[in-house]
Amino acid sequence: MLEFVLDRAPDLAYRSFQHVSLVVQCVLLATVIAVAVALLVTTVPRLKPVANFVSSVGLTVPSLALLGLMLPVVGIGTLPSVAVVTFYAALPILRNAVVGLEGVSGNLLESARGMGMNPLLTFLRVQLPLAWPVILAGLRVSTQMSMGVAAIAAYALGPGLGGWIFTGLAQIGGQNAVNYALTATIAIVVLALLLDLLLRVLGRFTISRGISA
Amino acid sequence: MTTTEPTPTTDAGPESVSGAEIVFDQVTKSYSAQGKPAVDSLSLTIPAGQIVMFVGPSGCGKTTSLKMINRLIDPTSGTITIGGKDVRSQDPDDLRRQVGYVIQGGSLFPHMTVAQNIALVPGLLRWDKKRITDRVEELLDLVGLDPVRYRDRFPRELSGGQQQRVGVARGLAADPPVILMDEPFGAVDPITRQRLQDELMSIQSELKKTIVCVTHDIDEAIKLGDRILILQEHAQIAQYDTPEAILSAPANEFVEDFVGSGSALKSLSLTRVEEVELTEWTTATVGEPVGPVLERARAARQKSVVVLDQRRRPVDWVNIRALTGETVPAPVDEARDLHQIDHRATLNDALDTMLVSAYAGVIVTGRRDQYVGVATFEAVTALITARNEAARQAQEDADEQ
Ligand SMILES: Nc1ncnc2c1ncn2[C@@H]1O[C@H](COP(=O)(O)OP(=O)(O)O)[C@@H](O)[C@H]1O
Ligand SMILES: [Mg+2]
Repeated sequence: MLEFVLDRAPDLAYRSFQHVSLVVQCVLLATVIAVAVALLVTTVPRLKPVANFVSSVGLTVPSLALLGLMLPVVGIGTLPSVAVVTFYAALPILRNAVVGLEGVSGNLLESARGMGMNPLLTFLRVQLPLAWPVILAGLRVSTQMSMGVAAIAAYALGPGLGGWIFTGLAQIGGQNAVNYALTATIAIVVLALLLDLLLRVLGRFTISRGISA
Repeated sequence: MTTTEPTPTTDAGPESVSGAEIVFDQVTKSYSAQGKPAVDSLSLTIPAGQIVMFVGPSGCGKTTSLKMINRLIDPTSGTITIGGKDVRSQDPDDLRRQVGYVIQGGSLFPHMTVAQNIALVPGLLRWDKKRITDRVEELLDLVGLDPVRYRDRFPRELSGGQQQRVGVARGLAADPPVILMDEPFGAVDPITRQRLQDELMSIQSELKKTIVCVTHDIDEAIKLGDRILILQEHAQIAQYDTPEAILSAPANEFVEDFVGSGSALKSLSLTRVEEVELTEWTTATVGEPVGPVLERARAARQKSVVVLDQRRRPVDWVNIRALTGETVPAPVDEARDLHQIDHRATLNDALDTMLVSAYAGVIVTGRRDQYVGVATFEAVTALITARNEAARQAQEDADEQ
């Protein structure tokens, strides 16, 4: 297996990079979308049941099925992968962002208003920093999950390590089948752990000492 | 109700007043179309540079009235002016940056340090960095927190009383002419509350802001208020007058009930410690040689000395037998509570404090927490007896006529 990996080192590195890059970009996009939706939902309470429904039911839809449904609409390649990964990535972040934003006490919001902060300032300087630890926890779950979802997205010929897994599965019984699938899987797990470590470090620097555990 | 002419806001007192007059003119607020409004046609003038206390039963419209001043709530009809200017003619955010707002528990932002909390409004007003830093120091000093020690702490690292002090400092940050407070000292224990009240009075004597303070505690209103507004349901004015007038001549049965009986006891809340004949206690400054201190104490026939820091603030009260070293030591336990009270505290506070003090007296402080003297139990009771005697005499004279 070592030989197998060494032979394909440049390809492995390239695919790893693509995989991580896809996940990072999708998670970033998902964070922006999820926080925006959470803000909307927490300010207009009537929308909350909708958000809860989407974030709990959404996670039960098999990703392969969703991908299949999307292929006729957006075709194959990078776009469906981005769409699917972003969709799943957004769900845990949405749920946590709603919890985090709801946890900001009404007293503090009223204080902010009483001090002359407009809604944008209040969001940036009070709500977001206070909800951030919870949002970040969602972000970590989301990143882990997205590493897996991104592998499945390779079914639609998306970029990344998933391609090797499907190659392996297609050649079951063949000479390098196990090597392909195993190498890609291990690489995904290792990269996921690295990303998680990175997010933890990010937390260290971005969560105020006044509210960190 | 009649509304008095707005007076100019700059020359309303002998000392410099930085507050502004607030006038309510037939202000009404209905939360719903049906039913009586929460605030029904309230007209009221709050003089510049005074503390006006809003009191009344829960739900009578105190908070609603207060929040209409900084437009957290907009009235259904009527106008409110600050310093002659209609609040509705101003952008709400601009207005709020110029009106201090302090609510229960301080409501500090937990993710910001003490300094960041205080610096918020000056920051919104785009003061330059240096000015903000200086201002934060000044304010922490003013509310009795050492800037070096507390500046960079987070709210959760402070006691309830300290948080509330920072809340007051934050409300004062941009030097607003008007400060609104909604049950500011509701969430702390009685001794701390009394201390915070003393500090507020001492700050006010320096700054002369217009302070509107909501409370449900009539004793707090009597102690702090230059004037007290007693409200009934729908913010109907039951009486609006000085504490003395309200105690001696309640306008109606509602006020009488609300103020409560036992006005002889209530008058304990009207008499300030500064009226007590204070005892000159032997004092020593930290670092001073012990010899002369002991001599002074013996000459005064006192067994203990009050230790002051370099700025004449009391830091310790020690038995002379404990002074064994060369020089007077700094207190071992910095955080130890001396139970000193401000000279503007009431006799009520003084008696309360004596109950927890180790000596039969209490240290009285003046401006900026500087030592003034010691109020002994004898001196306080002597004053009460004299007052009651005088009151009885006056009553007898009145009865004879
Ligand atoms: N946001 C609101 N919506 C509807 N009714 C309110 C609202 N705020 C206060 N009220 C009602 O208005 C009345 C006055 O309330 P408030 O000003 O908070 O009284 P207080 O501060 O004296 O306890 C109460 O009857 C209260 O139920
Ligand atoms: Mg209230």
